[in-house]
Amino acid sequence: MLDPDSGLSLTIARIVQRLKGSSLHSQLERQARGNWEKRILKSLNSMCTELGIPLAQKRPVNEQKELLNKWNEMGTDEPDLSLFRPVYAPKDFLEVLMNLRNPNYENGEQLSFRNHLGLIQVPLKVKDIPELKEDFSELGLNIGQLGIDDSAQVPPEFFENEHVRVGQKVLAEQDSAAAQQYVRQGCPTALRADLWALILNISNQPEDILYYEQLKSNVIQHDLLVDSLIYKDVKLTASNDDYYFVFEDYLYQVLLCFSRDTSVLEHFTYSSATPPKSYIRGKLGMEEYAVFYPPNGVIPFHGFSMYVAPLCFLYHEPSRLYQIFREMYVRFFFRLHSISSHASGIVSLCLLFETLLQTHLPQLFYHLREIGAQPLRISFKWLVRAFSGYLATDQLLLLWDRILGYNSLEILAVLAAAVFAFRAVNLMEVTSLAAAEAVLADLSTLKVMPLLQIFLFATVT
Amino acid sequence: MAGKVMWVTDIEKSVLINNFEKRGWIQVAENEDWNFYWMSVQTIRNVFSVETGYRLSDDQIVNHFPNHYELTRKDLMVKNIKRYRKELEKEGSPLAEKDENGKYIYLEPCGKAQGKGIFLINKLSQIKKWSRDSKTSSFVSQSSKEAYVISLYINNPLLIGGKKFDLRLYVLVSTYRPLRCYMYKLGFCRFCTVKYTPSTSELDNMFVHLTNVAIQKHGDDYNHIHGGKWTVSNLRLYLESTRGKEVTNKLFDEIHWIIVQSLKAVAPVMNNDKHCFECYGYDIIIDDKLKPWLIEVNASPSLTSSTANDRILKYNLINDTLNIAVPNGEIPDCKWNKSPPKEVLGNYEVLYDEEMAQSDGPDRDLRSRSGQSTGVKGNRARDSGKPVLTTWK
Repeated sequence: MLDPDSGLSLTIARIVQRLKGSSLHSQLERQARGNWEKRILKSLNSMCTELGIPLAQKRPVNEQKELLNKWNEMGTDEPDLSLFRPVYAPKDFLEVLMNLRNPNYENGEQLSFRNHLGLIQVPLKVKDIPELKEDFSELGLNIGQLGIDDSAQVPPEFFENEHVRVGQKVLAEQDSAAAQQYVRQGCPTALRADLWALILNISNQPEDILYYEQLKSNVIQHDLLVDSLIYKDVKLTASNDDYYFVFEDYLYQVLLCFSRDTSVLEHFTYSSATPPKSYIRGKLGMEEYAVFYPPNGVIPFHGFSMYVAPLCFLYHEPSRLYQIFREMYVRFFFRLHSISSHASGIVSLCLLFETLLQTHLPQLFYHLREIGAQPLRISFKWLVRAFSGYLATDQLLLLWDRILGYNSLEILAVLAAAVFAFRAVNLMEVTSLAAAEAVLADLSTLKVMPLLQIFLFATVT
Repeated sequence: MAGKVMWVTDIEKSVLINNFEKRGWIQVAENEDWNFYWMSVQTIRNVFSVETGYRLSDDQIVNHFPNHYELTRKDLMVKNIKRYRKELEKEGSPLAEKDENGKYIYLEPCGKAQGKGIFLINKLSQIKKWSRDSKTSSFVSQSSKEAYVISLYINNPLLIGGKKFDLRLYVLVSTYRPLRCYMYKLGFCRFCTVKYTPSTSELDNMFVHLTNVAIQKHGDDYNHIHGGKWTVSNLRLYLESTRGKEVTNKLFDEIHWIIVQSLKAVAPVMNNDKHCFECYGYDIIIDDKLKPWLIEVNASPSLTSSTANDRILKYNLINDTLNIAVPNGEIPDCKWNKSPPKEVLGNYEVLYDEEMAQSDGPDRDLRSRSGQSTGVKGNRARDSGKPVLTTWK
């Protein structure tokens, strides 16, 4: 805090400087964000024009009936999706982030940043390992963890049994704050669904079920262009996934409803993004004829359905699954594909990842940079998807336990760095981006908790 | 001086041949001197038939028991179970129950695997009609060509993601008396690609009700990446997360129990030839009360690979099987005690070891762990008060 030696005025000057810098940031941010959002909407509109399909239209009655009958098995439908393309893919988004710039070089605190050799060129403040160790203290070596201390070789009396008992108590008392603290050490599989619901304040009241049914009837009555994008995304990603293909139908049921859920618009008040707008035909530019499109303001990108897929392992009632996903989205996932300076925003996560790697594995970082394999190019897709589809499901759920427990996505960046650290030896030997990608292509055998623990607490820095 | 193992195979599959070659074994023809013969079930019948009077020597091993059909043909399994049940409890409920509740009856021609010749009929009257039409005079035909057995088919299967599935588990038996069997930890679920609806009009759609991969492959939705298959550890994670740990453990315990009981039932009538081992494919279906049901046992589980993952799994399955059946990959000596050291089990776990169970006494119960099936089951006593084999409906 205030350093008595340096004097109050110096501290104030620093603070003013920082504020000045950040307002410049936010100006640039707004510009960058505005450009990106325009670009996405333009892409959507042009697809709409090319294909001659309206963004939204009412469904004819017989089609409504058909869809209602097929509601539980939309996966068996085979609409022709060949002309649809995802509006954007993570790598498009990365290009945008790479081009974010801050011309303010005078700020003294940027000195260290001048040596930053990663792709992100925005000097946001990110934590270093000592700070992360403090923040994630419950992951320390002396503290029991699920994902480590529940393996077959460890007798359950050592940690697991007691941890389960505590979890049951937390659930019995319906203590949301206690639950959040508790899950930092991982959720027992049998308790996870209820613990997450408790933390996210999802109670599945009759009015919630009714709300979901209302959304469902919106889907039946109106056809949106984004529906085809959702179909395509599910068919391209989850349907081909070893773990999630089983839940294909649930994904349609959740995502089609999600697109129509205007309550999701509320998150834009604390997100720095703006929902895309469209205009009633013939009324372009007239604000009174502007509507948010899609109704929830979220245009899905390639891989979006993978935010929902892991949740299907926990919740098998569609309305509950829906609510959990919606809450996860408005609390966490939206930050992974919108531009902001928030500590859990994708820009900060990228910077955190690059800084950790450059600071603690400089040799590896420089080597990869030399061979044209900037680490973020490989890890970006993991971050945007919160590792869904890259880790084995049980490991992913252990990771998402900690996201909920710490109410932060920073752990994703730490894990990404830990993965590089784990495969450092092999990575040092590659000589191309493609070869580096190959070394990191298969994360399905990784155990996330040991990796995180070693990286944070057992690496000599 | 130990020479190289000479091998023959009737089944030309890469997962087999690659395993033989990686051990440096030498391929020979069937009429030459051989040490290891991976036979088809037709061959094993000939080898052990009374007419040929074939005698295997001590350095020869084959992959089937001569009368495996006591287990793998449903009508005989039924017979053996019945006898076994009588021995255990002196109970007399017949297996092929006449059910007037409109329960689906599953007709499968015995001796025809891979889903060919499988069809479904609802209502007993339809079965009778079919029986009459097909010139068989009773429900359980003893005709040598094809015997059709009615097994009860459940209409409340557990659905995941709205889809029906069955479970394929691999079990290796090295000896029946004393019974020593191993369960492969990496079994899988086979999902139906088309939605399950129990309406009668769907009965004609074979794809809906049947999950055998061989039929699924030609269904419209077949996917070449995952092949509609899930690992057993995925199943366990899903069930623990949605149903709880205790009921999931109970399910897997019951599955192990069913398998052991089926083997114990046929053990007395099996020709426990010392030259033989066998790797069975068990097909199990789970109902929505998390109760497992045995559908059938295959003596020749398919070694065709439908996906890359599949190929790896089956390759490792054969590898681990050979490590147990042919110790050290050397020329076998059938007089050995068939007790491999723990290190060579690979992905197999001891399911039941009669010798060890008898010397040890009461239950040895390993903890159930996520992703791993439980280990040795001792002489399990069911004291719930229910008849021992109610699962054998």
